[in-house]
Amino acid sequence: MNKVVNNVDEALVGIEDGMTLMLGGFGLCGIPENSIAQLVKLGVKDLTCISNNAGVDDFGLGLLLHGRQIKKMISSYVGENAEFERQMLSGELIVDLIPQGSLAERCRAGGAGIPAFFTPAGYGTEVAEGKEVREFNGKPHILEMALTADYAIVKAWKGDTEGNLIFKATARNFNPMMAMAGKITIAEVEELVPAGELDPNDIHTPGIFVQRIFKGEKFEKRIEQRTVRSKS
Amino acid sequence: MALDKNGIAKRIAQELRDGWYVNLGIGIPTLVANYIPEGIEVEFQSENGVLGMGPFPFEGEEDADLINAGKQTITVRKGAAFFDSAMSFSMIRGQHVQLTVLGAMEVSQNGDIANWKIPGKMVKGMGGAMDLVASAENIIVAMMHSNREGESKILKKCTLPLTGVGCVKKVVTELAVLEIRGNKFYLIERAPGVSVEEIISKTEGDLVVPEFVPEMVL
Repeated sequence: MNKVVNNVDEALVGIEDGMTLMLGGFGLCGIPENSIAQLVKLGVKDLTCISNNAGVDDFGLGLLLHGRQIKKMISSYVGENAEFERQMLSGELIVDLIPQGSLAERCRAGGAGIPAFFTPAGYGTEVAEGKEVREFNGKPHILEMALTADYAIVKAWKGDTEGNLIFKATARNFNPMMAMAGKITIAEVEELVPAGELDPNDIHTPGIFVQRIFKGEKFEKRIEQRTVRSKS
Repeated sequence: MALDKNGIAKRIAQELRDGWYVNLGIGIPTLVANYIPEGIEVEFQSENGVLGMGPFPFEGEEDADLINAGKQTITVRKGAAFFDSAMSFSMIRGQHVQLTVLGAMEVSQNGDIANWKIPGKMVKGMGGAMDLVASAENIIVAMMHSNREGESKILKKCTLPLTGVGCVKKVVTELAVLEIRGNKFYLIERAPGVSVEEIISKTEGDLVVPEFVPEMVL
């Protein structure tokens, strides 16, 4: 089944105001930067964005925040973005902060047909407020609900025309689970090859989870914290 | 003299055991990797999806696709593995990681930890900290004994929003090694040249002080 669309314009057709989007990435690593640029261009607003982080002030989801396109963020860590913190503290932006492992599992569960699950993470904290608590093996756990999205937008290293995806290094992060949890999943890839060129043994995300795939025009791949050691 | 950040990291590194998988948090905990005792092999897990983390890359060899949970560019050791976030937290929640080292703003004598939020001021989010502290069997907190205003962060009860309850067993500060047992702090070791009186004066929580408190050997 050919999932290829020609470009980012075609890939993002159907995204409207008020929709819920999942966006892959951890920090600025493995984010769908071409699609984010397109969302800025489209100007869609009142979005609910599910993403581990919120980018930095001038890159990643920070670009959408800057244009006030996001109504609600569901994230685990937003510490690198001053505009985010400002909008959140002033009440302009609704923010649901949830533990990173719970976020990952909630996306996975959403894609896997599991409506909810119990986890010990967050028990006894404000994350647990209003959530069912149950004890298993003598330890309290809280009930977390699955997450799904109207569109999931992920970024992969290589993909084929069938939508099979391979991720590189730690750019994998949330992308595979979010790919599973989108009603429509859009994958932007660095390299797009004909079906048969990727070894089926190497596929991380099978094409069944991907509805549209395109080759990103440009990947800046900005580094958030450049840390090096000297050769001497 | 009170320890510096590297001193705290060096003392924590003495807690490492051969064959352990270890998760290091951002800040002082990251420095622990620089002081692995000789003859011991450990693997570092970073919750964004890598096992077998190595040192920072040489200049010019940074890879934007290869970072740690602090978003720093890293390298990997031979035998490393990459995985997605759900699998990463399966390792953590499933207790396949033997030791978690993380920082804290406050710790209380019943083992509660607060390190993610100052209401109305700082809201960065908990990242993976809540998953880590809720599941890890062995948690060491690396922190300073007092805040900038000189107020103790080793408390009877945390004042900030909690990250986890009843989970911390050991705390290493610039002044002391403390263990938490039966709703009390126990003074295990003091930093070289630091007096027991100084530690008592800077600890707000209930502190059990044995007759003889050895100095850390670093």
